[in-house]
Parts: sequence; structure tokens; C-alpha cells
Amino acid sequence: MIEEKKLICVTCPRGCQLTAEVEDGCVLDVSGCSCKRGKTYAEAELTDPRRMIASTVRISGGIHPMLPVTTSAPIPKGLILQLMAVLRTVDLQAPVRMNDVIVSNVLGTGIDVIASADMEKV
Amino acid sequence: MNNFDVIIIGAGVIGSLVARELSRYQISVLLIERNSDVGSGTSAANSALVHAGYDPIPGSLKAELNVRGNRMWDKLAAELDVDFKRCGDYVVSIGAEELPALDILLEQGKRNGVPGLQLISSDEIKRRIPLLNPDASGALFAPSAGVCDTFAVTIAAAENAVENGVKLLLNTAFEGFIIDSGRITGIHTNRGDFHARWVVNATGVYADDVMHQAGVRPEFRIVPRRGEYCILDPDSFKIDTVLFPVPSEKGKGVLIFTTTHGNTVIGPTSEFVADKEDKAITPVGQEYLTANMNKLMPSIDLRWTIATFAGLRASGNAVCKNPMTDYRADFIVEKADEIEGLINCAGIESPGLSASPAIAARVVEILQETGIGLNEKADWNPQRKRRPVPKHMPDADRQRLIERDPRYGRIICRCEEVTEGEIVAEIHAPIPALTYDAIKRRTWTGTGRCQGGFDMTRVVEILARETGLSPMEICKNEPGSAFLSRASKKAEVS
Amino acid sequence: MNLTELFDVIVIGAGPAGLAAGIAAREQGCDRVLIIDRDIEAGGILQQCVHSGFGLETFKEDLPGPSYAQRFIDQAKAAGVNFLLDTMVLNVTRDFQVTVSGARIGLKVLNAKAVVLAMGCRERSRAQIRVPGTRPAGVYTAGTAQRWVNIDGLMPGKRFVILGSGDIGMIMARRLTLEGAEVARVVEIMPYLSGLSRNLVQCLQDYDIPLFLNHTVSRIYGNRRVEAVEVSAVDGQRNPLPGTAERIECDTLLLSVGLIPENELTRKAGVKMDQRIGGPVVDNTYSTSVPGLFVAGNVVHVYDLVDYVSQAGTKAGRSAADFVHGRWLGLQKTIPVQGGAEVRSVVPQLICPESLKTEEIVLQLRVSSPLERSVEIVVQAPDDTIIAKRRLPYARPGEMVSISIPSDAYNLAAKAERLIVSLV
Repeated sequence: MIEEKKLICVTCPRGCQLTAEVEDGCVLDVSGCSCKRGKTYAEAELTDPRRMIASTVRISGGIHPMLPVTTSAPIPKGLILQLMAVLRTVDLQAPVRMNDVIVSNVLGTGIDVIASADMEKV
Repeated sequence: MNNFDVIIIGAGVIGSLVARELSRYQISVLLIERNSDVGSGTSAANSALVHAGYDPIPGSLKAELNVRGNRMWDKLAAELDVDFKRCGDYVVSIGAEELPALDILLEQGKRNGVPGLQLISSDEIKRRIPLLNPDASGALFAPSAGVCDTFAVTIAAAENAVENGVKLLLNTAFEGFIIDSGRITGIHTNRGDFHARWVVNATGVYADDVMHQAGVRPEFRIVPRRGEYCILDPDSFKIDTVLFPVPSEKGKGVLIFTTTHGNTVIGPTSEFVADKEDKAITPVGQEYLTANMNKLMPSIDLRWTIATFAGLRASGNAVCKNPMTDYRADFIVEKADEIEGLINCAGIESPGLSASPAIAARVVEILQETGIGLNEKADWNPQRKRRPVPKHMPDADRQRLIERDPRYGRIICRCEEVTEGEIVAEIHAPIPALTYDAIKRRTWTGTGRCQGGFDMTRVVEILARETGLSPMEICKNEPGSAFLSRASKKAEVS
Repeated sequence: MNLTELFDVIVIGAGPAGLAAGIAAREQGCDRVLIIDRDIEAGGILQQCVHSGFGLETFKEDLPGPSYAQRFIDQAKAAGVNFLLDTMVLNVTRDFQVTVSGARIGLKVLNAKAVVLAMGCRERSRAQIRVPGTRPAGVYTAGTAQRWVNIDGLMPGKRFVILGSGDIGMIMARRLTLEGAEVARVVEIMPYLSGLSRNLVQCLQDYDIPLFLNHTVSRIYGNRRVEAVEVSAVDGQRNPLPGTAERIECDTLLLSVGLIPENELTRKAGVKMDQRIGGPVVDNTYSTSVPGLFVAGNVVHVYDLVDYVSQAGTKAGRSAADFVHGRWLGLQKTIPVQGGAEVRSVVPQLICPESLKTEEIVLQLRVSSPLERSVEIVVQAPDDTIIAKRRLPYARPGEMVSISIPSDAYNLAAKAERLIVSLV
């Protein structure tokens, strides 16, 4: 049986309203996209939903007590809370450069947690 | 060490000014305040007006103390180095039917001894205040009215009292009287017992409850009357005077008035409330303000509001003691008849702030009459100096101040141009400002149009740094009003 | 850096608009360019926007706010732009005297040949929407909470209600949830979302945070700390409907109820303002009514995407450089641009048709209500001559839309006494 699923694409700020036709977990067709990324998003969202996750970790010796970090690629939605638990255990020392790997291969995903910005030492 | 000649309960404007007046004598004085800061009840949320005195009923204590108090303000403000501007006020009549009310007020004012009252023609008042309702039929001008900084006067009075030897205990709540052989000899508080020969009750909306604990005037009741206000963005609207409508039985009505700070304020509403802490803003109140202010000035729009607040007036039902005057909402400033050792300042609603220096003087007179023995100190210092305010300094002085202490260069509150130096100075002042609201009342931080949007996180950080407390312990005002709950990540952020 | 010498361009604000303006001025041959900011680091509000979603236009990458800022900061430093941080600008005059106050430099007057104002915007506060009730601790703007959480590592509460479905509000709903707090609900007074729809998905729906449209907070409870809020449905006039009130226990109310261009300095300089937007009236060079005083970014009008803020900054920086080098043509002849049907605001408010000889002119606008259908933006002269048009699949108030007037429309535009932009 073919099911219709309504989605809002989160790839870019445009927020296209997508309609996906799904049969037995397979995405047959996606309509409503303004660009090809919409189709990719819909397929991923319905089979292996992932998100970019940004947060902070503790750092000492910098101008602020927290360093902004982000995943280097979207991680499976089901791992978000575990990722947050990992970030709570991190303690860094300034200086740090943007894109420095803070946690490599986090939770065995092959994805790194990287610094979002420089943190100079003071 | 817990024995005093006089204990004053309540460090609002009345209690603080009484403390200051008493500090000139060779007696020991304790001033207690249940809140974490002085001047945080009725004294923190009112119109900050020093009324001329044409409004109270002739013969009432209100009339007498208002007019007497008004005359004392120039000296008081100069000694305490606080802002006070004798800008005058106008009662504006709308339409022919309101015009006769001005004559009544003029007559009343003359009987009360108010100086300089003038009736002003419709054309003249509209010339002076161009945005006025075109139906304005005339005005009564009272040149002796003024505006003051109600926060500053209370804080400065308490500070001056402390500098002259008064002991101030904050977070100290009155819990009952110690009575021995028909005489009050002290009080119980949440921080232990304190003994005294005389106790002054200056507890604002709670003054009736405190009196009743001593069995005094059980018929006297205070029902708080809430007043809501809107402060307007000075970029949208500004006047430099005080405008009253013609008064009604509900009080002086909704005013449009300037502050010493240059903002224009609309208010107050007038609503009796059961709860003595109910300072909520209400939709009804806001509608009432809109409807009533537009009567005086149709073009004002409450969307120009940058802040709203509400205060409680200590409205009592005391009968005027003057047999010639039939009036049932007078001040009480008297020695209790029923018991020795208690002086009550109660029912101090408007014009309480205006009358406050006179009320303090009256309390001292009453004490003098008791024979307590008030001998002046040789070294009493009536002067209290405000701490530096870079915004109001000439550039060269400001530059020198920043060179001496660079924190006076760093602006923490953009809208009001308040510096870190001013905030730090208040944290370490004789009466330390240890909460956000305490800093706000002293420096005007966060009172501008962004309402703390930029400064709040920074002030909390400065307070934590200067006091050695954790940011989680920094409060808006009273215990239990902490801004923050925990560090975001498990380990403490240092 | 010698502060006493004359600067070519002084930029006020080191956020995305200011950084781009500074870089552009430097690249256009201005030797002495200074960016002043009140914070201790450059980057502006981007530093606390740790979430991703920035830079898709500029870098074709989805970057976190601090990374987007870092790239511009690095670029500015490489270009030789000077920074004066931890310094507040107190005043800017029409002849480009900039009064500053800072802990290290004291009170000083700096001089420039041109100034770019890029102070950004601020959040609407509780008083501006006049939420009834008490005034306890625990009522914060979303941005204040964001700074505490992301910069200082401090949580402003345990259980939240968020009023307003602006982007910052929704992003904070997710951020707080990830940090272990509970977000009871997001409440929006309008019948539609005020932020981007993708944030509805990835900030609210992902975490099962309920969104209540057509609702508002009708009362705050608690004398010391927030104890609860009352949430009510609203009628067509946005007034709470009697009988719909529901008490929601929470210790914090976050407000995400709109942004206002920060224009204290602009007003003090005597610049002509657009009362509706709260920003200065600008032409297509981002000049204000005071020649040499340029503006860029959220001081002009509140943008939805940082990339467009940077673009505006670049343009203002170039115009400032042109002014310094005597190349800025000034306002030869400008014609007003007015919002027509369905248009809430449009920027620039003035265009110089002569500019069309060298480049297209982009008009940016906000629609007044959601149009969930195919719509056409039309730019017309008063005699209904069509100057430009563009079809869109839909238009929403939360998302800015733009239309460019192409160079070949010069002849038509030059003849018009004003332009009207509307949606049909």
C-alpha cells in the first residue's frame, strides 16, 4: 500500500513542504521540493533521520567558560541524547582553533565533534 | 548589644528618614527591614511626586504634613545629594463642567497654606502644553510641586543614618512585641529579640497589623490600594511637568508626569486589593490607564511603554483628629494611647512621600515630648555624597575618573549609560547593593528601553564576582528570586 | 593603532553586518578602517548562536553561528581591519565624530571620513507586549537565556514556557531541552509561526514540544520566582478569550516576541527614520539621509538570514569607501519605493534610478500575512507600468522576500515618480 507522508524540508531556511510517497519503507517519489536536496532529505528523513547537533563544552583558560562545538555531519536522531551525555564529560584547555576535533568518531558514528570557533588563551 | 533606645520597624522612606532624624541625637537606634534592601515596598513603586498640598482636606494631618514636608525638600535633597526638581504641577480641567473644581482646589490650597497657586486660562495652558486635549478649559498651577528620586531619597537617608551610627538590619522581619508591665520593651524578629525604650512602626501596608499586635486601634485597617503605571520611551514622548486631571472620589486620578530621570510616566490606577503583596499588572488596569490618560492628552499611546510596574498605597481608615474636619482616611502619626513605648506612622498613602520629611520631624517631636532625652551629637554629619555618575560628569572629569578606575569606562547598561564602576561602587557601598533590583534602584541599570536585555547577564556576573557568591545565588530581589538554576554542564563552572 | 589620527571608515558593531562592511571598505582601498564593538570579542550575537543554519548562501555550507563569525573575523584581520573591542559608542555626529567609552581607552572622540552604523537589533521586552501579572525573577528574553546557556554555561530555569514562535524562541526550546531542562510549550499569539518552518520541525517536533498557535500568556504568577503562567486562547483581535485560561506550572517564561532595530545612535545623529520599521530610511547604497553615514544589517530592518545581513554590510562598506574616495555619486535623484498590497515593509525606501545603469537594485520586503499560494511580486510605477515581477510558491511573514529591478528597467524606472511594490 502506498502511503503519503507530509514533511517540511530542514535542509535550508526555505522550508519546502514535501509530500513523499512511501511503500514498505521505500520512498517512491517526493514532490514539493524547490531543489534536489529536498528529495535527499525526504529519503533520509523517512529511513535514517539525522540532525546536525550543536552544543557547548567546558573550557578553561579562555575568555569564556564554554566553547561552542558542533557535529561534523548530521548524526542519527536516536543518538542525540547520548551525544549530549558525552559532551558533558569533556574538559578543554584554551587555546582551541575552529574545526579542531574535540571528540573523534563520537559514539562510533564516524562523525567528529569539532570546535565551532577559536578560543584564545587569556 | 541587642538593646537600643529606639527601634524603627520598616526601612521605607518614612523609617529611613526617621532613622536619619534620630541619628543626630545621642541615642542608639536600630532600623530593621524585612526585605533584602531598604525602600523596596511602597517607597519603590509610587509616583515620586512632591505634592504642593492643595489636595488634602483642610485641617487634616495630611494637609498639615504635606505642606510642611514640601517646604523641607530643597534642604533634604541638597543634604542627601539626591535629585529633586521643583517643576510645579497643573490640575487641568476638561470642558466647562470641570472648571469650578479648580476654584475649590485653589480655595483648599490657600487654606492649607500652599504658596503661589495660580489659575491659568484655557489658552495659556494649551500654549504651555501643546499636546493637551483641546477641550482643556483651564488649569490650577502649583509652582511648589516637584518630582524626586524616590529610590535615592530612601537609600540616601538610610545610608546617612548608618554613617551617623544607626544600626541597620536587613532581612529582619518583625514577629511580635515584647511587652512588660503594660509597656513595649522590645520586639521579636526572625533574627532574635531586640530591646528598646521606644518602637516606631513604619511598616507601610502592614502598619495596621503591627499596631493590632500591640492591641492598638483595632478599628484601624489598611486596605492596600494598587496603582499601576506605565513608563514611556522618552524618544516617543516627553513632558517636563506634572499634569493631574480634576480629582474624583477615587483619588487624584491618572496623571501624566515627568521623573527626575527624564522619563514620562502614566498612572496610577486605583484599585483596592486584599493581598498586601499583590503588585500584579492587570489588563483592566492597563485599559483604565489608556482611557483616562487620553482624557488629558489624546495623542499618547501606551505602545510607547518601556516598563510597567505596580505599587501598593497604604490606604487606611483613620478618622481625622481635627474635630472641624470630617475625613476618614487621614495619616496616623502618633504615640499609641493604649500602650507605652510605641509610635505609629500608619495610613501613609499619598501625599506620604511629600510629607515624609515632616513625618520624620513629627516623630522626633513626639519622642522629645516623652522625655526620652534627645541631645544632639557634636559630630552629626547631615551630608551624604552620591557616588560618581560618569554620564553626568564633564568630559575631563569623566576621563580622570576612568584613569583612576577603568571600570568607569566600561558601559554595562547601554540605554542608561551605566558603567561597571558605578555598579561595583554600589555593591561595596555603606548599604551594599547585593541584588539586581538593588543595583537597578541605585544606578538605573536596566530601566531603559531594552529593560535589561544587554545588562542583565553582565550584572549577575559582576555581582557574583564582587560578592564571591556563585551566579546561582544572585537574586533579583528577595531570597528565592535567583535568576539561574544550575550550571549547564555537570561540573561547576568557575 | 593610533586612535587620534583620522580614520577612513569607522564601523559601529562587529556583528555580521559590521564585519562585512569593514572588510569591504578595506578591500575598496580604505587604509584606516576601524570596527568598534561593546563586547569583548567580535562576532556580535552570532557568538551565542551556537546552532547551525548559517552561511548556506555565502559559503554554500551549513555553519554554526560562531563559525560563520570566525570566518569573517579571520578575513577582517587578514585584510588589516582594526578592532576596538570592549568599547561602547556613545554618540556619532553628522560630521563623523564618534565618542566612545571603554575601560582601556577611556572617554575619547574618534574621527572618520565616513561611518557605517551596524548596531544590530534588540529583543522586545515584556513591557512592550505588556504581559499582565507579577514581576518575579524568571522572565527573560530568549536572547538573554541564550547568552547564559551558550556563553556562560548557566541554566536560567528548570521548566520553561516560551512565548513567541520566533526563531530564537524555537532554537532555545531545543537548546534547553538538550541541556536537560523541560519546555512545557511554545505559545504563539498569531495564527501562524513567526519563525522559519524548518525550526518547527527540528526544534519543536523533534523533541515533542507542543506549539499552541492563537494563544498567549495572559498572566504571570509568582512573587519572587515565576511559579506558573496562565495561557489563554485569543480572539481575532489577539485578546485573551474568557474561559480558555489554563495554568501552566513553570519557573521560567522566555519571550521571543520580536526584534527591534537598535537605532539610538542613528536617531541621535538626526537621521530620517522609517517609523514603521524603526530603522533609518535608506537608499540602494545603504546611505541614510546624512551623506557619509551608512547603515547595514538589522539596524535597517530585521533580517531572517545572516547571509543577507553580510551582503548588506558589504554593500554599505563599499558605499562608505566610495564616499571616502569621492566616488560616491550621492543622491542624484531618488524616487520613493512604497509598499502596496500585502507588503508590510520594504527596504530600501528610496532608490536612485541612475544606479541601474551599473547594477540591478534588490528590494527586500516582508509580507503582512501568510500567503500559502503561488504569488507574484510586482514592482509598478503609479501609472501601472510594470517595472519588475517575480513569482514565488508562497510568502510568509517570517521569511523575507526579495525582488530585483534589473538594469534594463532603467528607462521605465527613471520616468516614474515613485515605485509601488505589491503581492498579487
